[in-house]
Amino acid sequence: MEGFESLHSILKGIEVRKERKESKGELTFKSLDLRNITKRFPGVLANDNISLNFKAGEIHALLGENGAGKTTLMNILYGIYHPDSGEIYINDQKVDIRSPRDAIAYGIGMVHQHFMLVQTHTVGENIALGFKDSPFVMPTREISKKIGDFCDTFGLKVDPNAKIWQLSAGEQQRAEIIKALLRGAKVLILDEPTSVLTPQEAEELFQIFKRMAESGNCIIFITHKLEEVFKISDRVTVLRQGKVIATTETGKTDKATLARMMVGRDISFEVQKKDIPVGEKLLEVNNLFVRGDMGNTVVKNISFSIHRNEIFGIAGVSGNGQRELVEAITGLRKVEKGTVKILDKETQNKNPRDIGELGVSHIPEERLRFGIVPNLPVYENVILRDYYRPPFSGFLTLNINYIKEYSKEVVERFSVMTPSVETTVKLLSGGNIQRLIIGREILSRPDVIIAAHPTYGLDIAATDFVKKLLLQKREEGSAILLVSEDLEEILQLSDTVGVMFMGEFTGIVKPRETSMEDMGLMMAGSKKWA
Amino acid sequence: MMNFKVEKRVETSRFLYIFYIGALILGMLAASLFFSVRGINPLFALSKIFMGAFGSALGIRETIAKSIPLMLCATGLIIAFRGKFWNIGAEGQLLIGAMFATWIGLRFGASHGPLFVIPLMFLSGFAGGALWGIIPAVLKVKFGVNEVIATIMLNYIASNLIQYLVYGPWKGKTHYGFPYTDDFAPSARLPLIPGTRIHYYTLIIAILLAIATYFFINRVKYGYEIKVTGENPEAARYSGMNFLKITIITLILSGGFAGIAGVGEVAGIHFHLTYPDQISAGYGFTAIIIAWLSRLNPLLAIFVSFFFGGILVGGDVIQTSFGLPAATINIFNSLILIFVLMGTFFMEYRVSFAKE
Repeated sequence: MEGFESLHSILKGIEVRKERKESKGELTFKSLDLRNITKRFPGVLANDNISLNFKAGEIHALLGENGAGKTTLMNILYGIYHPDSGEIYINDQKVDIRSPRDAIAYGIGMVHQHFMLVQTHTVGENIALGFKDSPFVMPTREISKKIGDFCDTFGLKVDPNAKIWQLSAGEQQRAEIIKALLRGAKVLILDEPTSVLTPQEAEELFQIFKRMAESGNCIIFITHKLEEVFKISDRVTVLRQGKVIATTETGKTDKATLARMMVGRDISFEVQKKDIPVGEKLLEVNNLFVRGDMGNTVVKNISFSIHRNEIFGIAGVSGNGQRELVEAITGLRKVEKGTVKILDKETQNKNPRDIGELGVSHIPEERLRFGIVPNLPVYENVILRDYYRPPFSGFLTLNINYIKEYSKEVVERFSVMTPSVETTVKLLSGGNIQRLIIGREILSRPDVIIAAHPTYGLDIAATDFVKKLLLQKREEGSAILLVSEDLEEILQLSDTVGVMFMGEFTGIVKPRETSMEDMGLMMAGSKKWA
Repeated sequence: MMNFKVEKRVETSRFLYIFYIGALILGMLAASLFFSVRGINPLFALSKIFMGAFGSALGIRETIAKSIPLMLCATGLIIAFRGKFWNIGAEGQLLIGAMFATWIGLRFGASHGPLFVIPLMFLSGFAGGALWGIIPAVLKVKFGVNEVIATIMLNYIASNLIQYLVYGPWKGKTHYGFPYTDDFAPSARLPLIPGTRIHYYTLIIAILLAIATYFFINRVKYGYEIKVTGENPEAARYSGMNFLKITIITLILSGGFAGIAGVGEVAGIHFHLTYPDQISAGYGFTAIIIAWLSRLNPLLAIFVSFFFGGILVGGDVIQTSFGLPAATINIFNSLILIFVLMGTFFMEYRVSFAKE
């Protein structure tokens, strides 16, 4: 008898679960509540008792510095992490989200900062891959029709038959959005969606947001750009150090207030840049051609020069040859044709170490990949480029005492927040890692500074620090090459700006004489020469 | 339904030793299964192994003798593994070291004194092992050949080369048809601690090299370069490090240490060159387990080598007392390695279970 009863209850459980599964996708979404969410990582309280409410039809900005806990919170909502404590409610019903599959079933979709698409497949195939109703045979034909319908509704333009690698970052993002919507997402989370887009593409994305919100969806987007918050959001929540500082209607607040809440102190938006005459020429690039990883020429006939007390900015959407250009100048990549002259010495195809010894700092993009060795302690990272020479080492051995003293100096002068110089670098935040790299580089090689995306992914305070430092170095006589996707930053800091598109300069302009719109057009390929 | 999640740990777990002890226990349990299948009480077998190795003065003496080559090979492997160069070739490097030393021993042993011959044997053994290490290093950096395959294949070449020598050109006249070279003259033999097979010169070299390696990894420029190229090759490139030079240095040391182990075996135990599997009871492979169990710390490797020396001795004991094949102890060792590797996974990742 007992056995029978338990069998019965098991069967009943299956029934209940089945019903719940069926009903998940059908409900009309009204609201989503996070209550008292806490998530702790070793050594960090990433989310500290967070309570938040999202409504249907709103665009909700999640604003905060790096490490404020925005992405962790959204990963909890999407089932990637499980909170240590706290609850999630949808339409006032408590839900338990254990995996992204659960999240999708509850109508929550997420577009990550790094797209999760199979590069060699078409848009349709990628979408069919994650779609539970795909037919077993010829899954894409069915999907293509659905994609068409969605595109019309929201004004998303994507060719379902295009292969992912052929698409621009903006188009890939749209493919991700469609993927989420087709799976029935009513709540769409986007992690820093504009970081890879041109201003025009960002504008299009915002239009899509609006249409989606109008049809009753909820858009949550993570950002640390204040402009975007004011341009598009209905409400904004500020997070700092894992806590909610405030949630307000965007119309009832202003930039300065939000910035103060975000950073915890007042921030000046004005960057003080002095007019100073330029000095001697330190870096000269002439008719440079460089091949990319696939063997095709990706830097085509680039020429420019940088003097002491000058910042030369290179703007453009990533992937237009900036990375290869920087690698060629710093000795990491072979030059196909043309010359690079540093301090009147030809340096093309020289070793990175020889180029460094001429006084060239290199603040690399993708700092975790190139700039540091995450598993080694701070002091062993400080000497990454200098370990081989005195006073850091003798003939055979490292001068550990000197190295540690020197590392303490770098840590102090560049405000690297670290428990000690013995701490493993992977435990530091992105901003502190960047301070460490910059400190290491410019302290021993101040003449020419090659900075690739130096503020990418940094919070306001760290960004502010980097910008001021570059300007200070400019005044002290450095020649600086600044590569960045952040147009505002390029225009603020540079004395001259080259815009790169498909490996060529589509313009070399003075920031003061150029509008954002013109910059955007040049970044998209129209030529303009000043 | 049970659901489980795997999350990467931010820091490796603090309770490392629990994973290791767990891995050892699970390895022994799995080995017990094997003994049971053979109709042997596993507890009895395990106690035989450990009593045989550590339970008597004789056992401990043998254990120390066996730990010498293990310690040298493991220390060398630690250097290579720190640079993420997966050297599976310590066995072959050991054999070539033995071969080089044999040539010196036979050539100069009768005509020169020990003060000349013995240092020369160690140096030539080091050079032989280093040479056998440089080959896969160059193949990897210059031609992109996978070092695991190259080093494994070089083991076979070394083994067959030695078989060729002892059956052919180097076959000694004094051993009447056995595939041995002639015995070394007294001045080419390492002194032993009386009443044991402990060739203490090699033991002292092994311990000193382990300590020196610890210093090398943490304080010497090249040790630093090996760590950086291993941990993040992109950062090494950015720093302008020379991969070929660094990889060759790594393998000179890694192979050279194994070569010294080979010197100890021919000059301290056998006094002649013979079948490869007589020269080395898989020391180069057991050393891989030791390197991992020591978490690539050469100081720890000294002690772990002693433990595994004991397991090898225990293997000999169960072989004679139960009539089990010699490979039994290799099964035992491999089971432990597999569980240790699984244990490493749990050190890096956290797995949580939850009921739906």
